[in-house]
Amino acid sequence: MKSNNNEEQGIGASVRRKEDNRHLYGKGQFVSDIILPGQREVAFLRSPVAHGYLKEIEKPVGFEDQVFTRNDLDEVKDIVAPSSLPTYKLSSQPPLAHGKVRFVGEPVAMCVAKSRAKAEDLSELVNLNIEEIPALVDADKAKNDNSFRVHDDWNDNLFLTLSVDNKFEKFSKKATVIVERKVELSRQAMVPMEGKAVLAYWDERADQLVIYYSTQTPHIIRTGISKFLNLDEAQVRIIAPDVGGGFGYKTLIHPEELSVAWLAMKFRKPFRWIEDRREHLISGANSRQHSYHLKAYADDTGRLLALDAEVTIDGGAYSNWPFTIGLEPGQATGNLPGPYDFQGYRCKTFCVATNKPGFLPYRGVARTGVCFAIERVMDALAGAVDRDPYDIRMDNLVRPEQMPYDNVTNKHYDSGNYPAALALAREKFNGDKWIERQRETEPDGRRIGIGYASYCEQSAHGTSVFSAWGLPLVPGYDQSAVKLTPDGGLEIRVGVQSHGQGMETTFAQLGHEVLGIKLDKIKVIHGDTGATPYSTGTYASRSIVMAGGATIKACQELIPRIINIGAHLIQCDKEDVKFDKSKGVIGPNGQFVELKEICSVWYLRPDRAPSDVDRKGLEVSLGYKPERDTGAFSYGSHAAAVAVDIETGGVEILDYVIVEDCGKMVNPLVVEGQTLGGVAQGIGTAMYEEISYDVNGQPNASTFADYLLPGPMEIPNLRIFHLETPSPYTMYGIKGMGEGGAIAPPAVIFNAVNNAIKDMGIEVNKTPLTPNRLLRELNEPKIKLKKKER
Amino acid sequence: MKSAYFEYYKPKNIASAIDKISDSCGENKLISGGQSLSPMLNLRLVRPKTLVDISRITELRKIENNHNYIRIGAAVTHAEIEDHNFDGLRILSDVARGIAYRTIRNRGTIGGSLAHADPAGDWPLVLPALGATIFVSGPRGERRILASEFMERAFTTKLNDNEIITAIQIPKLSAMARWGYWKFCRKMGEFPDASAAMLLDSERKIAELWIGALDGSPKPLNRFARELAVNGLKAFELGIQVDELALNTPGLGPMRHQLLNTAIKRAVAKGFN
Repeated sequence: MKSNNNEEQGIGASVRRKEDNRHLYGKGQFVSDIILPGQREVAFLRSPVAHGYLKEIEKPVGFEDQVFTRNDLDEVKDIVAPSSLPTYKLSSQPPLAHGKVRFVGEPVAMCVAKSRAKAEDLSELVNLNIEEIPALVDADKAKNDNSFRVHDDWNDNLFLTLSVDNKFEKFSKKATVIVERKVELSRQAMVPMEGKAVLAYWDERADQLVIYYSTQTPHIIRTGISKFLNLDEAQVRIIAPDVGGGFGYKTLIHPEELSVAWLAMKFRKPFRWIEDRREHLISGANSRQHSYHLKAYADDTGRLLALDAEVTIDGGAYSNWPFTIGLEPGQATGNLPGPYDFQGYRCKTFCVATNKPGFLPYRGVARTGVCFAIERVMDALAGAVDRDPYDIRMDNLVRPEQMPYDNVTNKHYDSGNYPAALALAREKFNGDKWIERQRETEPDGRRIGIGYASYCEQSAHGTSVFSAWGLPLVPGYDQSAVKLTPDGGLEIRVGVQSHGQGMETTFAQLGHEVLGIKLDKIKVIHGDTGATPYSTGTYASRSIVMAGGATIKACQELIPRIINIGAHLIQCDKEDVKFDKSKGVIGPNGQFVELKEICSVWYLRPDRAPSDVDRKGLEVSLGYKPERDTGAFSYGSHAAAVAVDIETGGVEILDYVIVEDCGKMVNPLVVEGQTLGGVAQGIGTAMYEEISYDVNGQPNASTFADYLLPGPMEIPNLRIFHLETPSPYTMYGIKGMGEGGAIAPPAVIFNAVNNAIKDMGIEVNKTPLTPNRLLRELNEPKIKLKKKER
Repeated sequence: MKSAYFEYYKPKNIASAIDKISDSCGENKLISGGQSLSPMLNLRLVRPKTLVDISRITELRKIENNHNYIRIGAAVTHAEIEDHNFDGLRILSDVARGIAYRTIRNRGTIGGSLAHADPAGDWPLVLPALGATIFVSGPRGERRILASEFMERAFTTKLNDNEIITAIQIPKLSAMARWGYWKFCRKMGEFPDASAAMLLDSERKIAELWIGALDGSPKPLNRFARELAVNGLKAFELGIQVDELALNTPGLGPMRHQLLNTAIKRAVAKGFN
């Protein structure tokens, strides 16, 4: 960390992260780094088939007390996530499969031994008798096929159907141009650097189940564990130590975690389970798989009038607690219109149960899919009216003078200049230069393509939005507890959890901004339910606005108390002094007393404190949410140039420019880090990551040999530029921005590739854009021709 | 996944390594760099009784530079080949540099790559094209196998259960030689989807063109290689490579054929560059 005295450390300062030091020296403390005396390791036996009746589980003779099935876990409730959304059906996910297995990789038995290897040895000795039945693998088919059902007590395979119609007929009627497209995203895993991890033990003295838990949301995990294990909340303590990425995967109660928690509760010993990569790829294939059938209605110039959409989401087998499977279709339906201004909208969204791991919210939640869909439509419109895709976007984006803007799905876009972001992207990207280069022949024969995409990212949405999504658990006022220490330092306690976002630094910057205390004297405490105030946690790009806003407010509330003591110490009236961030409390003649001394008086020398000292002391705990909690919308535009090798199907990203606006930036370095990481994941979605299934529901990728992630060589030099339009609704105008990077890359890369091959009469519209997929599209017409000749 | 239980044995020399694998009916397995074997162990696809680690046997770690050839010990790593200054065979370093990632090259060995015999591996394609000879030792002494005949099919070689690859001998190129190697990988460091290697050496009367990343072992296109040697790039106008490719790789879909044809064109183009 930079700690030069003259250096800016408050809001807007690009200070390096406080947490980097321990991570760069390998001194971070993750669940896997924690070893408790006598701990036992856990391995799960998982279903080898996608769909079947579980007739019998035969434990190995002599090891009955080391192998556990659903019948042993009698105190544990199934994971059921209610939702108030109409048509939503409940699914009941047992901690270990019971009666039926519903996807390959579903945990069936839990084996315990001194080492993980020995636990895996045990799992090989368990005999499963499963009567296999046909698997539901294709959501489009499962949508209409009731002959086999994932959940036998349902009458079909639909988790949920959403339907909206806002003046569709009225506006579509006026259209002279109609384009139709089908676009599709493949199923993928989230692949955080650290997978799921739990180490649970019973603390006899505290009479508590303590779980070191790799999670983004320790407080709701505590609520969930106590609910499903039937313990008092006071009997559960969740500690999230260093967490190696979450991306949404770690906002939930997973069956393995619940099962291990039960072991510790039952046997009062430490038990640990660390998810390995294979387990993650098989049982964590739980995101992105949407398909869109879109019809866009426009006028002769390509001005969008109305959009008609049918969205199908492959929901997998189970709904998750607490976010429910309703989140994904809700977000898809509500966010599909994107940053565009049009008036007619009709959308029907099906969330279909299939024999795959249950869909979970992944960074960007639905918006990566909807951005891909709407941005492909924008390019299709440009083609239909023979105009530049950039110009079409400029004509259709919400304009700054319309802000705040209520869109066709009643999303309230609070602020921003969307066309300015796109214009800046084109300028920085040097769009005209690429058009020129495209006209010339490349020496290596590759084709140049240019793509643009814009998105907006609802961040920090609060109570009103989540209650409308019907969730069982709705965020309210986020709490922050701040406390000055006797030596003039500051502790900030928040219930959100930092797992790569750099909040130990950015929250300290908020404290510094208000109180002037140096960053190295500010400690941010998070991730431990025993030490922090309740919060629903870190997700939906909310923490810096919500818990950050609470931190700012709490620090501000300390100032009159500081002044009260300070004025007394320099023998002035409170009204005559002021608080100064560098000096402390200053009197009218320049006399001052430092914050450090004021703190020491309150804690150690109360005999020197004024008689009317505020007895609440130098600590404040309070809650905050923005006055209007419909969300602070970050937004941005990405531009990319690609070279497409039509002989191999290979695609190289030659340039990639990002213009983003997340309101007032607390730390531009952190903003850029978040953006880089997000775009890298987006490139993964666009070009590499995919878990396909065979007809029996067997996953075709279960190791990194089959499941490709972009590496350093696959991520081009990303060039990031910023706009700063403060949100009118949040403290300092800050917006959340954790997800934006992952939203636009599939859209921009597919637009660029399709631009490169537009004269060949084909389009690619399914992620990931593998060379094989592109080559197949390129070869399809030729193959058909050949067949005809014969 | 953690591997099933196994014993670990580190022999001091080739003879004791052979002893250890000879009396096990194939239950004891050699490990050198372990870059393919370790994941298979952890996935429990391989369950040896004993792992015999030959990566530190001095006799297997030498690089010899002779007048006409280079001889590389089987346990020399890709990284060591990448960093070595091969007089008359610089291309070996170029090939090594293109294998996977440096961290894998730090451990993976040339002998291990040949014994593992992944159809998409670099050495199983390049060494036949270069006319290399593989030295193998077993209980009955040493024998030599041409690299072009060593691999029988995917993950299967002429190596017996009780034999160890000891060294690979590669003839040096003449000043006239044209060498071209090209592979198409979805991602840097991955095994390729198509690969081709060409060596034309008029002085030594050699014309080799091999294609790799097939379902089975790499295959030569001898007729087209001879045409290239005689007619240079004009050979493409005859279209022989397309026919020979189809003949040598029956059952491959049109896309794989296109990719392989592209690999041939680009490997050749590199050689003639």
